[in-house]
Amino acid sequence: MDWLHVLMPVSGALVFWPGLVVLGFGVGMIGGFFGMGGGWMVTPGLNILGFPMAFAIGTDIAQMSGPSLVSTLRHGKFGNVDYRLGLVMVIGTVGGLETGARMIMWLERIGKIDLYVRSGYLVLLTLIAWLVFTDITKRRKKEREALASGRKLDALATGIEWHKTLHKIKIPPVVHFKRAGVRCSIWLPIAVSFFTGWLAGVLGIGGGLVRMPALIYLIGCPTHIAVGTDLFEIVISGLYGTASYSYKGRTELLAAVIMLVGASIGAQIGSIATKYVKGYGIRIFFGFAVVGCGVSIVLKIAAAAVPSLKNILDTCAAVVILGTVSALSLYILAKFVTGVREERAQRSEKRQMVHF
Amino acid sequence: MRRLRLRQMGWLAISLLPVRLLAAEPTDTVVIVADSRKFSGWQAWWANLYNDSHLWFAVITIVILPVTALLLGRLTGWLMGHLGINLRSRELAEH
Repeated sequence: MDWLHVLMPVSGALVFWPGLVVLGFGVGMIGGFFGMGGGWMVTPGLNILGFPMAFAIGTDIAQMSGPSLVSTLRHGKFGNVDYRLGLVMVIGTVGGLETGARMIMWLERIGKIDLYVRSGYLVLLTLIAWLVFTDITKRRKKEREALASGRKLDALATGIEWHKTLHKIKIPPVVHFKRAGVRCSIWLPIAVSFFTGWLAGVLGIGGGLVRMPALIYLIGCPTHIAVGTDLFEIVISGLYGTASYSYKGRTELLAAVIMLVGASIGAQIGSIATKYVKGYGIRIFFGFAVVGCGVSIVLKIAAAAVPSLKNILDTCAAVVILGTVSALSLYILAKFVTGVREERAQRSEKRQMVHF
Repeated sequence: MRRLRLRQMGWLAISLLPVRLLAAEPTDTVVIVADSRKFSGWQAWWANLYNDSHLWFAVITIVILPVTALLLGRLTGWLMGHLGINLRSRELAEH
Protein backbone atom coordinates (compact mmCIF):
# COMPACT_ATOMS: atom_id res chain seq x y z
CA MET A 1 0.00 0.00 0.00
CA ASP A 2 2.82 2.41 -0.89
CA TRP A 3 0.51 4.76 -2.75
CA LEU A 4 -1.28 5.58 0.52
CA HIS A 5 1.90 7.10 1.94
CA VAL A 6 3.67 10.25 0.88
CA LEU A 7 7.19 11.35 1.75
CA MET A 8 7.25 14.95 2.94
CA PRO A 9 9.95 16.91 1.08
CA VAL A 10 11.06 19.09 4.00
CA SER A 11 10.63 17.04 7.18
CA GLY A 12 11.36 13.71 5.46
CA ALA A 13 8.43 12.09 7.33
CA LEU A 14 6.51 9.29 5.63
CA VAL A 15 2.86 10.18 6.17
CA PHE A 16 -0.42 8.33 5.57
CA TRP A 17 -2.11 10.97 3.34
CA PRO A 18 -5.77 9.84 3.69
CA GLY A 19 -5.26 10.50 7.42
CA LEU A 20 -4.34 14.09 6.58
CA VAL A 21 -7.47 14.50 4.42
CA VAL A 22 -9.73 13.09 7.20
CA LEU A 23 -8.03 15.24 9.84
CA GLY A 24 -8.46 18.31 7.62
CA PHE A 25 -12.11 17.44 7.01
CA GLY A 26 -12.88 17.18 10.75
CA VAL A 27 -10.96 20.32 11.68
CA GLY A 28 -12.50 22.31 8.80
CA MET A 29 -15.98 21.27 9.87
CA ILE A 30 -15.47 22.05 13.57
CA GLY A 31 -13.64 25.30 12.77
CA GLY A 32 -16.38 26.49 10.39
CA PHE A 33 -19.07 25.65 12.95
CA PHE A 34 -17.48 27.04 16.13
CA GLY A 35 -15.20 29.73 14.69
CA MET A 36 -11.91 28.12 15.68
CA GLY A 37 -8.63 27.46 13.93
CA GLY A 38 -8.38 24.09 15.68
CA GLY A 39 -4.75 24.16 16.79
CA TRP A 40 -5.59 22.03 19.85
CA MET A 41 -6.87 19.26 17.55
CA VAL A 42 -4.39 19.36 14.66
CA THR A 43 -1.04 19.35 16.47
CA PRO A 44 -1.64 16.01 18.28
CA GLY A 45 -3.30 14.60 15.13
CA LEU A 46 -0.25 15.43 13.00
CA ASN A 47 2.02 14.02 15.65
CA ILE A 48 0.11 10.72 15.60
CA LEU A 49 0.36 10.63 11.80
CA GLY A 50 4.14 10.67 12.16
CA PHE A 51 5.08 14.34 12.00
CA PRO A 52 8.02 15.47 14.12
CA MET A 53 6.78 17.95 16.77
CA ALA A 54 8.97 20.73 15.30
CA PHE A 55 6.91 20.58 12.09
CA ALA A 56 3.53 19.67 13.61
CA ILE A 57 3.01 23.10 15.23
CA GLY A 58 4.14 25.13 12.18
CA THR A 59 2.10 23.00 9.75
CA ASP A 60 -0.90 23.30 12.04
CA ILE A 61 -0.67 27.12 11.98
CA ALA A 62 -0.15 27.03 8.20
CA GLN A 63 -3.21 24.90 7.48
CA MET A 64 -5.35 27.09 9.79
CA SER A 65 -5.64 30.05 7.42
CA GLY A 66 -6.96 27.95 4.49
CA PRO A 67 -10.19 26.48 5.92
CA SER A 68 -10.76 29.71 7.88
CA LEU A 69 -10.71 31.61 4.57
CA VAL A 70 -13.24 29.19 3.04
CA SER A 71 -15.48 29.45 6.14
CA THR A 72 -15.18 33.25 6.32
CA LEU A 73 -16.34 33.59 2.71
CA ARG A 74 -19.34 31.34 3.40
CA HIS A 75 -20.21 33.07 6.71
CA GLY A 76 -19.78 36.42 4.92
CA LYS A 77 -22.52 35.38 2.46
CA PHE A 78 -24.80 34.56 5.43
CA GLY A 79 -24.08 37.99 6.94
CA ASN A 80 -22.24 36.48 9.91
CA VAL A 81 -19.03 38.53 9.60
CA ASP A 82 -18.58 42.02 11.04
CA TYR A 83 -15.50 42.96 9.02
CA ARG A 84 -15.17 46.35 10.75
CA LEU A 85 -15.11 44.77 14.20
CA GLY A 86 -12.68 42.10 12.94
CA LEU A 87 -10.25 44.72 11.60
CA VAL A 88 -10.38 46.75 14.83
CA MET A 89 -9.67 43.59 16.80
CA VAL A 90 -6.66 42.72 14.62
CA ILE A 91 -4.84 45.75 16.13
CA GLY A 92 -5.24 44.40 19.66
CA THR A 93 -4.60 40.78 18.65
CA VAL A 94 -1.23 41.53 17.00
CA GLY A 95 -0.11 43.70 19.93
CA GLY A 96 -1.25 41.06 22.43
CA LEU A 97 0.42 38.20 20.51
CA GLU A 98 3.76 40.03 20.43
CA THR A 99 3.56 40.87 24.15
CA GLY A 100 2.61 37.26 24.96
CA ALA A 101 5.47 35.88 22.83
CA ARG A 102 7.99 38.15 24.62
CA MET A 103 6.61 37.09 27.98
CA ILE A 104 7.01 33.43 27.08
CA MET A 105 10.71 34.07 26.26
CA TRP A 106 11.07 35.62 29.72
CA LEU A 107 9.32 32.60 31.27
CA GLU A 108 11.71 30.28 29.40
CA ARG A 109 14.55 31.72 31.44
CA ILE A 110 12.78 30.73 34.67
CA GLY A 111 12.37 27.14 33.45
CA LYS A 112 9.48 24.63 33.88
CA ILE A 113 7.69 26.61 31.20
CA ASP A 114 5.63 23.64 29.98
CA LEU A 115 4.07 23.15 33.39
CA TYR A 116 3.24 26.87 33.77
CA VAL A 117 1.75 27.08 30.28
CA ARG A 118 -0.32 23.90 30.64
CA SER A 119 -1.59 24.90 34.09
CA GLY A 120 -2.53 28.38 32.81
CA TYR A 121 -4.28 26.81 29.83
CA LEU A 122 -6.22 24.49 32.13
CA VAL A 123 -7.36 27.37 34.36
CA LEU A 124 -8.48 29.28 31.29
CA LEU A 125 -10.40 26.32 29.83
CA THR A 126 -12.11 25.69 33.18
CA LEU A 127 -13.15 29.35 33.28
CA ILE A 128 -14.51 29.23 29.70
CA ALA A 129 -16.42 25.99 30.35
CA TRP A 130 -17.88 27.46 33.56
CA LEU A 131 -18.84 30.64 31.66
CA VAL A 132 -20.56 28.74 28.85
CA PHE A 133 -22.53 26.36 31.06
CA THR A 134 -23.50 29.10 33.57
CA ASP A 135 -24.75 31.20 30.68
CA ILE A 136 -26.83 28.29 29.35
CA THR A 137 -28.30 27.54 32.82
CA LYS A 138 -29.21 31.20 33.40
CA ARG A 139 -30.82 31.51 29.98
CA ARG A 140 -32.89 28.34 30.61
CA LYS A 141 -34.00 29.79 33.96
CA LYS A 142 -35.13 32.96 32.17
CA GLU A 143 -37.02 30.84 29.62
CA ARG A 144 -38.81 28.92 32.40
CA GLU A 145 -39.72 32.18 34.20
CA ALA A 146 -41.03 33.70 30.97
CA LEU A 147 -43.09 30.58 30.27
CA ALA A 148 -44.53 30.60 33.79
CA SER A 149 -45.62 34.22 33.43
CA GLY A 150 -47.16 33.46 30.03
CA ARG A 151 -44.86 35.55 27.84
CA LYS A 152 -42.25 34.64 25.24
CA LEU A 153 -38.58 35.27 25.95
CA ASP A 154 -36.86 37.72 23.59
CA ALA A 155 -34.81 35.81 20.98
CA LEU A 156 -31.83 38.06 21.78
CA ALA A 157 -31.94 37.40 25.53
CA THR A 158 -28.77 35.99 27.07
CA GLY A 159 -27.89 34.32 30.35
CA ILE A 160 -24.68 36.18 31.26
CA GLU A 161 -24.83 39.89 30.48
CA TRP A 162 -21.33 41.20 31.24
CA HIS A 163 -21.22 42.99 27.89
CA LYS A 164 -24.03 45.33 28.99
CA THR A 165 -21.87 46.59 31.88
CA LEU A 166 -18.86 46.96 29.59
CA HIS A 167 -20.91 48.89 27.02
CA LYS A 168 -21.57 51.54 29.69
CA ILE A 169 -17.89 52.56 29.57
CA LYS A 170 -18.08 55.35 26.99
CA ILE A 171 -14.44 56.34 26.45
CA PRO A 172 -14.41 58.20 23.07
CA PRO A 173 -14.58 57.41 20.22
CA VAL A 174 -17.80 55.39 20.58
CA VAL A 175 -18.49 53.32 17.47
CA HIS A 176 -21.38 51.30 16.14
CA PHE A 177 -20.63 47.86 14.71
CA LYS A 178 -23.72 47.51 12.57
CA ARG A 179 -23.59 43.82 11.71
CA ALA A 180 -22.88 42.76 15.31
CA GLY A 181 -25.45 45.24 16.59
CA VAL A 182 -22.95 46.55 19.15
CA ARG A 183 -22.43 50.18 20.15
CA CYS A 184 -19.42 50.67 22.41
CA SER A 185 -16.14 52.48 22.93
CA ILE A 186 -13.59 51.44 20.29
CA TRP A 187 -11.23 50.69 23.19
CA LEU A 188 -13.40 47.78 24.35
CA PRO A 189 -12.75 45.47 21.34
CA ILE A 190 -9.11 46.62 21.23
CA ALA A 191 -8.63 45.81 24.93
CA VAL A 192 -10.47 42.48 24.67
CA SER A 193 -8.50 41.42 21.59
CA PHE A 194 -5.23 42.52 23.22
CA PHE A 195 -6.07 40.32 26.21
CA THR A 196 -7.09 37.31 24.07
CA GLY A 197 -4.05 37.84 21.81
CA TRP A 198 -1.77 37.97 24.86
CA LEU A 199 -3.30 34.73 26.15
CA ALA A 200 -2.83 33.12 22.73
CA GLY A 201 0.82 34.28 22.65
CA VAL A 202 1.57 33.02 26.16
CA LEU A 203 -0.21 29.70 25.66
CA GLY A 204 1.07 29.18 22.10
CA ILE A 205 -2.40 28.68 20.63
CA GLY A 206 -4.22 30.28 17.69
CA GLY A 207 -6.67 32.05 19.97
CA GLY A 208 -10.07 31.10 18.49
CA LEU A 209 -10.92 29.05 21.57
CA VAL A 210 -10.55 32.20 23.71
CA ARG A 211 -11.71 34.88 21.25
CA MET A 212 -15.05 33.24 20.39
CA PRO A 213 -16.39 33.36 23.99
CA ALA A 214 -14.78 36.80 24.48
CA LEU A 215 -16.72 38.12 21.46
CA ILE A 216 -19.94 36.75 22.94
CA TYR A 217 -19.58 37.51 26.65
CA LEU A 218 -17.41 40.64 26.68
CA ILE A 219 -18.34 42.40 23.45
CA GLY A 220 -21.91 41.15 23.18
CA CYS A 221 -21.93 39.67 19.65
CA PRO A 222 -24.70 37.23 18.72
CA THR A 223 -23.26 33.68 18.50
CA HIS A 224 -23.33 33.45 14.69
CA ILE A 225 -21.62 36.84 14.27
CA ALA A 226 -18.99 35.83 16.87
CA VAL A 227 -18.25 32.66 14.85
CA GLY A 228 -17.92 34.51 11.50
CA THR A 229 -15.92 37.45 12.86
CA ASP A 230 -13.56 35.17 14.76
CA LEU A 231 -12.89 33.17 11.58
CA PHE A 232 -12.07 36.41 9.73
CA GLU A 233 -9.49 37.19 12.41
CA ILE A 234 -8.06 33.67 12.21
CA VAL A 235 -7.42 34.17 8.47
CA ILE A 236 -5.26 37.22 9.21
CA SER A 237 -3.48 35.86 12.29
CA GLY A 238 -3.09 32.45 10.55
CA LEU A 239 -1.29 34.06 7.58
CA TYR A 240 0.93 36.04 9.95
CA GLY A 241 1.74 32.82 11.84
CA THR A 242 2.39 30.94 8.57
CA ALA A 243 4.87 33.59 7.44
CA SER A 244 6.62 33.51 10.81
CA TYR A 245 6.86 29.70 11.09
CA SER A 246 7.81 29.26 7.41
CA TYR A 247 10.62 31.78 7.80
CA LYS A 248 11.85 29.68 10.72
CA GLY A 249 11.64 26.63 8.43
CA ARG A 250 8.99 24.82 10.46
CA THR A 251 6.14 24.28 7.99
CA GLU A 252 5.38 21.46 5.57
CA LEU A 253 3.43 23.01 2.70
CA LEU A 254 2.58 19.68 1.05
CA ALA A 255 0.85 18.41 4.22
CA ALA A 256 -1.05 21.69 4.62
CA VAL A 257 -2.28 21.49 1.01
CA ILE A 258 -3.36 17.83 1.38
CA MET A 259 -5.24 18.75 4.57
CA LEU A 260 -6.83 21.66 2.73
CA VAL A 261 -8.54 19.24 0.30
CA GLY A 262 -10.54 17.73 3.18
CA ALA A 263 -10.74 20.99 5.12
CA SER A 264 -12.35 22.98 2.30
CA ILE A 265 -15.25 20.48 2.15
CA GLY A 266 -15.44 20.34 5.96
CA ALA A 267 -15.38 24.14 6.26
CA GLN A 268 -18.33 24.45 3.86
CA ILE A 269 -20.34 21.83 5.78
CA GLY A 270 -19.49 23.39 9.16
CA SER A 271 -20.40 26.92 8.03
CA ILE A 272 -23.65 25.83 6.36
CA ALA A 273 -24.61 23.75 9.43
CA THR A 274 -24.72 26.99 11.52
CA LYS A 275 -27.82 27.86 9.47
CA TYR A 276 -29.72 25.02 11.08
CA VAL A 277 -28.58 25.37 14.69
CA LYS A 278 -29.68 28.06 17.14
CA GLY A 279 -27.00 30.19 18.75
CA TYR A 280 -27.35 28.45 22.10
CA GLY A 281 -27.01 25.05 20.41
CA ILE A 282 -23.61 26.19 19.13
CA ARG A 283 -22.67 27.42 22.62
CA ILE A 284 -23.54 24.09 24.30
CA PHE A 285 -21.37 22.06 21.95
CA PHE A 286 -18.60 24.65 22.14
CA GLY A 287 -18.68 24.02 25.91
CA PHE A 288 -18.23 20.28 25.28
CA ALA A 289 -15.28 20.99 22.97
CA VAL A 290 -13.65 23.07 25.72
CA VAL A 291 -14.22 20.28 28.28
CA GLY A 292 -12.66 17.69 25.91
CA CYS A 293 -9.65 19.95 25.39
CA GLY A 294 -9.35 20.49 29.18
CA VAL A 295 -9.41 16.76 29.94
CA SER A 296 -6.60 16.16 27.44
CA ILE A 297 -4.51 18.90 29.11
CA VAL A 298 -5.06 17.28 32.54
CA LEU A 299 -3.80 13.98 31.09
CA LYS A 300 -0.75 15.75 29.60
CA ILE A 301 0.08 17.34 32.98
CA ALA A 302 -0.34 13.95 34.67
CA ALA A 303 1.93 12.34 32.03
CA ALA A 304 4.66 14.88 32.81
CA ALA A 305 4.23 14.34 36.56
CA VAL A 306 4.27 10.51 36.47
CA PRO A 307 7.06 9.40 34.09
CA SER A 308 6.26 5.69 34.55
CA LEU A 309 2.76 6.22 33.08
CA LYS A 310 3.83 8.77 30.47
CA ASN A 311 3.14 6.62 27.40
CA ILE A 312 -0.30 5.46 28.58
CA LEU A 313 -1.40 8.95 29.65
CA ASP A 314 -0.11 10.56 26.43
CA THR A 315 -2.07 7.98 24.41
CA CYS A 316 -5.18 8.68 26.54
CA ALA A 317 -4.79 12.44 25.88
CA ALA A 318 -4.62 11.82 22.11
CA VAL A 319 -7.64 9.47 22.30
CA VAL A 320 -9.66 12.11 24.21
CA ILE A 321 -8.85 14.79 21.62
CA LEU A 322 -9.56 12.57 18.62
CA GLY A 323 -12.72 11.26 20.33
CA THR A 324 -13.95 14.83 20.92
CA VAL A 325 -13.17 15.74 17.31
CA SER A 326 -15.02 12.65 16.00
CA ALA A 327 -18.09 13.21 18.24
CA LEU A 328 -18.36 16.89 17.32
CA SER A 329 -17.84 16.13 13.62
CA LEU A 330 -20.64 13.53 13.71
CA TYR A 331 -22.97 15.99 15.46
CA ILE A 332 -22.27 18.76 12.91
CA LEU A 333 -22.62 16.34 9.98
CA ALA A 334 -25.98 15.09 11.33
CA LYS A 335 -27.24 18.68 11.75
CA PHE A 336 -26.11 19.49 8.22
CA VAL A 337 -27.82 16.47 6.66
CA THR A 338 -31.15 16.96 8.50
CA GLY A 339 -31.06 20.73 7.88
CA VAL A 340 -30.46 20.33 4.14
CA ARG A 341 -33.24 17.71 3.94
CA GLU A 342 -35.75 19.96 5.74
CA GLU A 343 -34.84 23.03 3.69
CA ARG A 344 -35.23 21.10 0.44
CA ALA A 345 -38.59 19.71 1.60
CA GLN A 346 -39.78 23.22 2.52
CA ARG A 347 -38.70 24.59 -0.84
CA SER A 348 -40.49 21.85 -2.80
CA GLU A 349 -43.63 22.44 -0.68
CA LYS A 350 -43.50 26.16 -1.52
CA ARG A 351 -43.09 25.33 -5.22
CA GLN A 352 -46.12 23.03 -5.11
CA MET A 353 -48.18 25.74 -3.38
CA VAL A 354 -47.29 28.20 -6.16
CA HIS A 355 -48.39 25.60 -8.75
CA PHE A 356 -51.81 25.24 -7.07
CA MET B 1 61.50 37.37 20.03
CA ARG B 2 59.46 34.84 18.10
CA ARG B 3 58.22 33.22 21.40
CA LEU B 4 57.25 36.63 22.71
CA ARG B 5 55.21 37.40 19.59
CA LEU B 6 53.45 34.02 19.84
CA ARG B 7 52.64 34.67 23.49
CA GLN B 8 51.33 38.14 22.65
CA MET B 9 49.12 36.69 19.90
CA GLY B 10 47.89 34.00 22.31
CA TRP B 11 46.88 36.62 24.90
CA LEU B 12 45.21 38.70 22.18
CA ALA B 13 43.20 35.68 20.99
CA ILE B 14 42.13 34.85 24.56
CA SER B 15 41.14 38.45 25.27
CA LEU B 16 39.17 38.70 22.02
CA LEU B 17 37.31 35.41 22.51
CA PRO B 18 34.62 36.75 24.89
CA VAL B 19 34.14 39.75 22.56
CA ARG B 20 33.53 37.37 19.64
CA LEU B 21 31.16 35.25 21.72
CA LEU B 22 29.21 38.28 22.88
CA ALA B 23 29.06 39.70 19.37
CA ALA B 24 27.73 36.42 17.96
CA GLU B 25 24.05 36.57 17.09
CA PRO B 26 21.83 34.14 18.96
CA THR B 27 21.00 31.23 16.68
CA ASP B 28 18.70 28.25 16.81
CA THR B 29 20.45 25.27 18.31
CA VAL B 30 18.67 22.93 15.88
CA VAL B 31 19.34 23.42 12.17
CA ILE B 32 17.06 21.32 9.94
CA VAL B 33 18.22 20.44 6.45
CA ALA B 34 15.88 18.85 3.91
CA ASP B 35 17.35 15.77 2.25
CA SER B 36 16.70 16.58 -1.42
CA ARG B 37 18.55 13.44 -2.65
CA LYS B 38 15.44 11.35 -1.97
CA PHE B 39 13.30 13.40 -4.34
CA SER B 40 13.00 14.34 -7.97
CA GLY B 41 11.09 16.98 -9.92
CA TRP B 42 9.18 19.67 -8.02
CA GLN B 43 9.72 17.97 -4.66
CA ALA B 44 13.50 18.14 -5.08
CA TRP B 45 13.19 21.79 -6.15
CA TRP B 46 11.07 22.53 -3.07
CA ALA B 47 13.52 20.79 -0.72
CA ASN B 48 16.42 22.70 -2.30
CA LEU B 49 14.53 25.98 -1.98
CA TYR B 50 14.04 25.22 1.74
CA ASN B 51 17.78 24.66 2.14
CA ASP B 52 18.75 27.73 0.09
CA SER B 53 16.42 30.45 1.33
CA HIS B 54 13.85 30.36 4.11
CA LEU B 55 12.68 33.79 2.96
CA TRP B 56 11.57 32.55 -0.47
CA PHE B 57 10.24 29.37 1.12
CA ALA B 58 8.05 31.55 3.39
CA VAL B 59 6.94 33.89 0.57
CA ILE B 60 5.87 31.02 -1.70
CA THR B 61 4.11 29.24 1.19
CA ILE B 62 1.99 32.27 2.11
CA VAL B 63 1.07 32.80 -1.55
CA ILE B 64 0.21 29.17 -2.37
CA LEU B 65 -1.92 28.48 0.73
CA PRO B 66 -4.59 31.22 0.38
CA VAL B 67 -4.72 30.82 -3.43
CA THR B 68 -5.30 27.05 -3.06
CA ALA B 69 -7.89 27.72 -0.32
CA LEU B 70 -9.71 30.19 -2.59
CA LEU B 71 -9.76 27.75 -5.52
CA LEU B 72 -10.88 24.79 -3.39
CA GLY B 73 -13.39 27.01 -1.58
CA ARG B 74 -14.97 28.06 -4.87
CA LEU B 75 -15.03 24.47 -6.12
CA THR B 76 -16.64 23.10 -2.94
CA GLY B 77 -19.01 26.11 -2.85
CA TRP B 78 -20.11 25.23 -6.38
CA LEU B 79 -20.67 21.62 -5.30
CA MET B 80 -22.72 22.75 -2.26
CA GLY B 81 -24.78 24.93 -4.58
CA HIS B 82 -26.03 21.73 -6.22
CA LEU B 83 -27.64 20.57 -2.97
CA GLY B 84 -30.63 22.81 -3.62
CA ILE B 85 -30.30 25.01 -0.52
CA ASN B 86 -30.09 28.77 -0.09
CA LEU B 87 -26.41 29.59 0.31
CA ARG B 88 -26.85 33.33 0.48
CA SER B 89 -28.99 33.97 3.52
CA ARG B 90 -29.54 32.79 7.06
CA GLU B 91 -32.96 33.45 8.48
CA LEU B 92 -32.03 32.84 12.10
CA ALA B 93 -31.22 36.03 14.01
CA GLU B 94 -30.79 35.36 17.68
CA HIS B 95 -28.11 35.10 20.31
